[in-house]
Amino acid sequence: MTSLTTGLKGRSELGVALLLGAAGVMVFLDANGLVTPYSKSDPVGPKTVPFIVAGLLVVCAVLLAINVLRGGQGEAEGGEDVDLTHPADWKTVLRLAGAFILNILLIDWAGWVISGTILFWGSVLALGSRRYVRDGLISVALSLLTFYGFYLGLGIALPAGLLEGIL
Amino acid sequence: MDVWSSLMDGFATALTPMNFLYAVIGVILGTAVGVLPGLGPAMTVALLLPVTYALEPTSAFIMFAGIYYGGMYGGSTTSILLNTPGESSSVVTAIEGNKMAKAGRAAQALATAAIGSFVAGTIGTALLAVCAPVVVKFAVSLGAPSYFAIMVLALLAVTAVLGSSRLRGFASLGLGLAIGLVGMDSVTGQRRLTFGQPLLADGLDIVVVAVAIFAVGEALWVAAHLRRTPLHAIPVGQPWMGKSDWKRSWKPWLRGTAFGFPFGALPAGGAEIPTFLSYVTEKRLSKHPEEFGKGAIEGVAGPEAANNAAAAGTLTPMLALGLPTNATAAVMLAAFTSYGIQPGPQLFESQGPLVWALIASLFIGNLLLLLINLPLAPMWAKLLQLPRPYLYAGILFFATLGAYSVNLQAFDLVILLVLGALGFMMRRFGLPVLPLILGVILGPRIEGQLRKTLQLSAGDPAGLLSEPIAVGIYVIIGLILVWPFAYKLFRRSRPERKPLVPANSGAADYSD
Repeated sequence: MTSLTTGLKGRSELGVALLLGAAGVMVFLDANGLVTPYSKSDPVGPKTVPFIVAGLLVVCAVLLAINVLRGGQGEAEGGEDVDLTHPADWKTVLRLAGAFILNILLIDWAGWVISGTILFWGSVLALGSRRYVRDGLISVALSLLTFYGFYLGLGIALPAGLLEGIL
Repeated sequence: MDVWSSLMDGFATALTPMNFLYAVIGVILGTAVGVLPGLGPAMTVALLLPVTYALEPTSAFIMFAGIYYGGMYGGSTTSILLNTPGESSSVVTAIEGNKMAKAGRAAQALATAAIGSFVAGTIGTALLAVCAPVVVKFAVSLGAPSYFAIMVLALLAVTAVLGSSRLRGFASLGLGLAIGLVGMDSVTGQRRLTFGQPLLADGLDIVVVAVAIFAVGEALWVAAHLRRTPLHAIPVGQPWMGKSDWKRSWKPWLRGTAFGFPFGALPAGGAEIPTFLSYVTEKRLSKHPEEFGKGAIEGVAGPEAANNAAAAGTLTPMLALGLPTNATAAVMLAAFTSYGIQPGPQLFESQGPLVWALIASLFIGNLLLLLINLPLAPMWAKLLQLPRPYLYAGILFFATLGAYSVNLQAFDLVILLVLGALGFMMRRFGLPVLPLILGVILGPRIEGQLRKTLQLSAGDPAGLLSEPIAVGIYVIIGLILVWPFAYKLFRRSRPERKPLVPANSGAADYSD
């Protein structure tokens, strides 16, 4: 069991190397596609730095892959509320991402008060709170407060959306 | 430039009732988020950036000054009461501080941390006020080649010296530089890495990037590994110190300050090395060495002072050269830019009143911190009991709000989520966050200096070496890059002699 999990863990870090490599190739191809006539006032041109960055990314990707295959391992970040002894809780993360995406989809149409409520309520529930009513009230209060706070205090008009005219 | 009269003008600006109010808000806010797990000063400043767009730059920076020191102090409270430091710079504080708290001396630990922070912060700010103009005087004579070299040095040094894996640091730096490339090239107007997406043409807003990496990435990461049984915070009353505590604390405070400021002011500063050095020194010099490891007050006083003095030191290159070396300074620099203020040595000329008001408010913030936080310590301790679902849902909520309010477009939230996922991955696989943020902020400026340099030399690469300062800096860069290999060789050839105090605590960990 432990050898299997460590094997999987090692392999998952190769994904980071892959990502770095892909980013490097992307930066290279993008810069390569730029068409610039040589100009005396700008001998470096817009391509040079992207090429260097692409090179750095690809080199890091290769070195990281070698490092991981040799058994190297990045140290997961600890913290006050982080307990690394149990495996990652993907259910919570996916639910949080879901609440986040709902907010993105709804914010312009339904407005911040509704989408923000969904975001906060959804996140609190995803994180394991089970006081549905109290959480809901807090969510609505937070969204309304920030909406009016931004409008009156900062002059930033967040979208009112469906509640246009009511708020 | 008369430092004294400029500083007095700064105080006059900072002490107007409105600005003073912002300083108070900044200190309280900074401490609160510093105490709260998962929130750091860099993230707070990032989250507040959009809010402060409605403020005058001076008021905004006065508030940032409060947040900067407040966050530092709040972090030490957490590490003393919870024994799990949120930031690497408070790791050392947690060693003795938590032992003291467990032994019923939490009040004294918090008091020596608070007063030590005040002493170090005040001396550090005074040194900043004296040193920054000197650095500026020297810096105005530098041209593009030297600037290019200094910025490259800062990037490489932060990447190579801090953190446990250089390789992962450079990977993070590469990602940051790539993110910094997105958008219209400032010289030719060519679009880079925009993928035909017009919304990307202006580049990624630094607020969105910082909030994504610090806030969203952190919230998701903690959510995936949330402690099932929350840590128990040690209850604490009013902080106070007895006569013997004072006697044992004042020397460590001063020594810690002496360690902290110069390290903070170096381009690769950081607070980890000076706090560690201060701890080791106090352990050696202490008359009670047997108490170390069981809760020695010197072990809290020294490192806390070093930490705060380093924070003040960091502002020297930030204000004098436009060179940030920690995450908070980087985000503050981004704030300067968003106000249309060009960081760099011209800053003291063009924005003198603003800079001096900022420095004055650092003094004020420090004093406020002491006055407000000694009585409020029990309340901060209660803050640690905030239910975690609310805390992390709140972080996501305010991150979204902050990022959205910059441009009021939902597209920014997509970027926020994507980069938040990147931040999650970086925490999972031990890629440090700081090189990425510095890459995003310094990358475009480095490119600008490079192009200016070669434009002056008509494309001849020798132009990079046309200033003696630049040459000197390249030598230092070479040493930094070669050092770990040389160190390894040295260790290998004399394995039996381990240095008692590694001059560079970070360098000892380079395993790859």
